Amino acid sequence: MGWNIISALVENKPGVLFRVSNMFRARNFNIESLSVGPTEDKDLSRITVTIESDENVTEQLVKQLRKLIDVVEVTRLATDQTVYRELALIKLKAADPTSRTEIVNLANNFGGKVVDTSKGSIMVEITDTPDKIDAFKGLVEHYGVIQLARTGVSALPRGAFND
Amino acid sequence: MVELSGSKALMQALEKEGVDIIFGMPGGANLPMYDELYSSNIRHILVRHEQSAAHMADGYGRIKRKPGVCFATSGPGATNLVTGIGTAYMDSAPVVAVTGQVPKAMIGRDAFQECDIVGICASITKYCFQPKSATEIPETIKKAFYLAESGRPGPVLVDIPKDVQQEVKDISFPEFVKIRGYSPHVDPDISKMGEAVELLLNAERPMIMAGGGVHISSAFPELQALAELLMIPVVTTFKGKGAFPENHPLALGPIGMHGHAEANKLIIESDVLLAIGARFSDRSVGKFDEFGQRMKIIHIDIDPAEIGKNKSVDVPLVGDVKASLRALIKMLMMRIAKKEQETAWFKHIKEVREYYQSSIKDASRDITARKSLKKLRELLPAESIVTTEVGQCQMWASLHFDIIQPGTFFSSTGLGTMGFGFPASIGAKAARPDVHVVDIAGDGSFNMTENSLAVSVQDNLPVIVFLMNNYSLGMVAQWQRLFYNRRYMGIDLKATPDFVKLAEAYGAQGIRAQSMDELDKAIKVALKSDVATVIDILIDPEEDVYPFVAPGTGLKDMIVAG
Repeated sequence: MGWNIISALVENKPGVLFRVSNMFRARNFNIESLSVGPTEDKDLSRITVTIESDENVTEQLVKQLRKLIDVVEVTRLATDQTVYRELALIKLKAADPTSRTEIVNLANNFGGKVVDTSKGSIMVEITDTPDKIDAFKGLVEHYGVIQLARTGVSALPRGAFND
Repeated sequence: MVELSGSKALMQALEKEGVDIIFGMPGGANLPMYDELYSSNIRHILVRHEQSAAHMADGYGRIKRKPGVCFATSGPGATNLVTGIGTAYMDSAPVVAVTGQVPKAMIGRDAFQECDIVGICASITKYCFQPKSATEIPETIKKAFYLAESGRPGPVLVDIPKDVQQEVKDISFPEFVKIRGYSPHVDPDISKMGEAVELLLNAERPMIMAGGGVHISSAFPELQALAELLMIPVVTTFKGKGAFPENHPLALGPIGMHGHAEANKLIIESDVLLAIGARFSDRSVGKFDEFGQRMKIIHIDIDPAEIGKNKSVDVPLVGDVKASLRALIKMLMMRIAKKEQETAWFKHIKEVREYYQSSIKDASRDITARKSLKKLRELLPAESIVTTEVGQCQMWASLHFDIIQPGTFFSSTGLGTMGFGFPASIGAKAARPDVHVVDIAGDGSFNMTENSLAVSVQDNLPVIVFLMNNYSLGMVAQWQRLFYNRRYMGIDLKATPDFVKLAEAYGAQGIRAQSMDELDKAIKVALKSDVATVIDILIDPEEDVYPFVAPGTGLKDMIVAG
């Protein structure tokens, strides 16, 4: 088993995300995260999928993605040759000044920033690798997580190649 | 550019694709299409249930090797197609299904006879289209046909909202279409072929497993040439049945849950297996992990996603079966003249085959399924087309009815759809009116789509229904007999109609056969008739299908007889 990032260029049109996610369900792939957004080509979107899987399952997932008519290109991204990031918004309970200071300091340590404060809460934004976000969450959980939203991983290979 | 309504554009696009026949049923949401059919030269076959329309298109498409077309209205018309579309998908059959949809403005509002057929069919089609403007229709149809028949074929759905059918627009018809994310792997993969050649030449106990891909690619001569060149025995999957003449000395017959005993026994003993256009289904190879642990596997398939899906293989050769076999034969020809026949493997094969064939015993009863099928084979010309229903009748057909001329056997092998065989035989007859078409049937399965008798009679598509009648859901009964301690539940069909009278009620011919003599006469009468004939053959409800590889077990655990 290993952690895998798969990047797919797909046609930018209605119904494509459904076809991709429907295939995952129909073929029993248990993916960890999925993010989708526009690319440099207005006709294409990029879907980035992460999955904890062994080699056979990962290969099958890539092949089944390629088999979809709307999927133009699929690449497995090696983590050491890839920049991959996820954005998380974490809203924490922060009633007393001590916890507020601690949360702000921790956020700074993780390169995050405070994006909203209210009387009883602080919202922190962190953009990093999923394991860093997990680590931050682990450190602040005891303050009380009110809400949490993560985007799933976006990724591009390092270097000059455009694939 | 020319001003046309969406439905006129549809009909012209279908004509440009060479469509000469459509199986379908009209309804509210596809009336504009039917209005255009009125003035078209395309022949329309009116079905009595949309499921049968899809099966007919499937049967037609498998034989013509180009998409069969079916029409249905929105909502229930479309959902009735689903079983037929799923059947075509699992057997990689080219079908283009065109459904009417409620007008665009009504979509998503739970309108009368609205259903999300595009969503429903997503995982049982190669692709689903829903053109949003009449201008998109010609390109959509061209893409639908291209997808359905190229690469690994399959069904494609085109769902057209009623207002799109009706609107008049400036329409142009493209000569070519390009689909950015679709390029079938047709060329043979030469890079790994040398490895395959070495494995095959050095094998001590080689075996070929021919699958449905040999049919789809029409690679019968290539398969036979390769088998004869290397003197490799050939088993088939059930879908591959008839890819290789079953009276050929190298033919061992289908493997699998109800495969030939010698085929099941010998395939797991082979040291090099050449799998051709096959997908290692559970039904063929039993337990995935157990199958082929000690053999090297070469796998030819046009669909890269089949490589390693169920079984990891040693030499994958992605490409069209026919082209790949030609390349492989060419490379082999440079290396050898002809392999000799007197190997230890061949001696062993001969012994195993003789052992199992001498162990087959017929029941004492005068008329049995096995004897009936042997009789049918004796009287039916080799070029005749045979379809089957699903259940015991299907497995008996696999076991006891040899296909002599490759490419004449069609069955719902993947989805296992009861009710497939009869409408598929009508579709086959529409594709090949010059040959006899026989549906090898059981009472339970035929019962599901028997109303297609009306179609057969009305549209003059006479087929023979070879109905082995045991007044029960025989295969389920057999499982209950074997695995559920004879606790029979839900298998008794004693109120099954009198099939002779039923046939006559539809204006067809019905003949009952209660002895081998009567059967002999009935088949001869049927072969001379120009109307659909149901031969109602009364067999013993306790006649079981053997061999049997129980689900979840391996081929080595095959139960040879009851």
